[in-house]
Amino acid sequence: MIIQYIDLLGATVLGICDILGRFTLFLIKTIKVFLTYRPKVAKTFAQMNRIGVESLTIIILTGLFTGMVLALQTYIGFQRVGGEQLIGAVVALGIIRELGPVLTGLMVTGRAGSAITAEIGSMVITEQIDALKTLRINTFQYLVIPRILASTVILPFLTVFSMIFGIIGGYIVCVHVLELSHEDYESSIRNYVELADIRGGLIKAAFFGFILSAVGTYKGMGTSGGARGVGMATTQSVVAGSILILIANYFLTKMLEHL
Amino acid sequence: MKTKTPDKSKIKVIDLTKSFDGHMVTRGVNLDIPEGEMTVIIGRSGEGKSVLLKQIIGLIKPSSGKIIVDGIDITTLSEDQLNICFEKFGYVFQFAALLDSLNVLENIGITLIENGMSPDEALPIVKEKLALVQLSEDTLYKYPSELSGGMRKRVGLARTLITHPEIILYDEPTTGLDPITSHVIHELMFDMQKRLKVTSVIISHDIEIFKYADKVALLNDGIIEYFGDAKTIWDSDNPYVYQFIRGLLKGPITKEIMYYRDRA
Repeated sequence: MIIQYIDLLGATVLGICDILGRFTLFLIKTIKVFLTYRPKVAKTFAQMNRIGVESLTIIILTGLFTGMVLALQTYIGFQRVGGEQLIGAVVALGIIRELGPVLTGLMVTGRAGSAITAEIGSMVITEQIDALKTLRINTFQYLVIPRILASTVILPFLTVFSMIFGIIGGYIVCVHVLELSHEDYESSIRNYVELADIRGGLIKAAFFGFILSAVGTYKGMGTSGGARGVGMATTQSVVAGSILILIANYFLTKMLEHL
Repeated sequence: MKTKTPDKSKIKVIDLTKSFDGHMVTRGVNLDIPEGEMTVIIGRSGEGKSVLLKQIIGLIKPSSGKIIVDGIDITTLSEDQLNICFEKFGYVFQFAALLDSLNVLENIGITLIENGMSPDEALPIVKEKLALVQLSEDTLYKYPSELSGGMRKRVGLARTLITHPEIILYDEPTTGLDPITSHVIHELMFDMQKRLKVTSVIISHDIEIFKYADKVALLNDGIIEYFGDAKTIWDSDNPYVYQFIRGLLKGPITKEIMYYRDRA
């Protein structure tokens, strides 16, 4: 019985090491190709459009309603201690430092990370990747790098929209629903929000963009086993991408604290 | 490093084995592919013919053995060095493997476009290859999903021809096609063979191909059971070949047919 548990533990540890090792090798190869091959600029811009511009609506909606609910919840708590004039700062700091980048990362993982895996995965099972290799087209230069580059660059821009609309959402609730003073809302933001908060949020967003696209392309390239395999890879990509974003968020916040 | 093989072999496969999760697919394949000729590899479905073909081009690493192409053992090449090998080869995939986000022009001209040529600059070269595979210019701006199976295979072949390969590997070029389209594809492959003087290796189940091929190899249970002239294959008394090409239930090939044989 104990031997079985040890066996299981060993197999799990080896499995985790195997996954981490493969992912690390994938990243090393990506970096190597990025440094040695000319990047595909047109493909990168096309991906920026697909990952970024086409995600704009959901990011605006996410930001807007998150800001609105954050204002409402903060009001419920703060009115008990008479701190309503600080709602603006709480909403803005919450959105800029935390919710903007994280929710943008998670929403884009669900929308674009899954699409990246499904698209590349389908190409793997229909031998399109093999075809590219036999035609001497570097699949990392052609498929992986444009997606990672586009996602890393575009996520901070999307996050800016999330931040702006989050603050607008908070404003709408505070001023038009709760009928609080708009001067309080604005001045608390001006007094307590610093440029470093915005910078930190945007750095996080870039990391999240890198994570979701690196996981998406890695899972896509490793797809096997037909349509079911594509489905599994896509699910794993979203789950792994989301969890990695949440874990990275903590460590990035810790690191950015000292910057 | 590069030494010419003494005989007329373009590709030499020596004791090639490949296993997936402990299951042996090829168990020691030995095969000499003659230069400038058309060699057909036949065998039952699931015998590992596609795996063999992908090992020959370097897409799958064998478990053991050697594959010598023009004197170079490609099994020893790293992933980056494999490009040298891909330079010599063209590969026509079973389902054509066209990039479905690109139209026919971009698919055929992909190697040119990715090396800096604009689609307009690539157009005359693509048109020339399109004519070689007997496709009309109306198809240039169509997407793979708008093409029939036969047309897709021809586009796949045209895409391969762009790179001027010395060796063309065809993975089941006529599977799933009607007899007339199959005939057209066979004629086309034969025509390419004669015109471009390439070495062709074809995996097929279609016995009609013997009319066009020079050599036939039969893969059974992971090894080559027969290698001989295609023109005389119908006279062969090799029991594997005799059973396979006539589709008989009785004979040395037994896998998955015992039940039906007993009933017969």
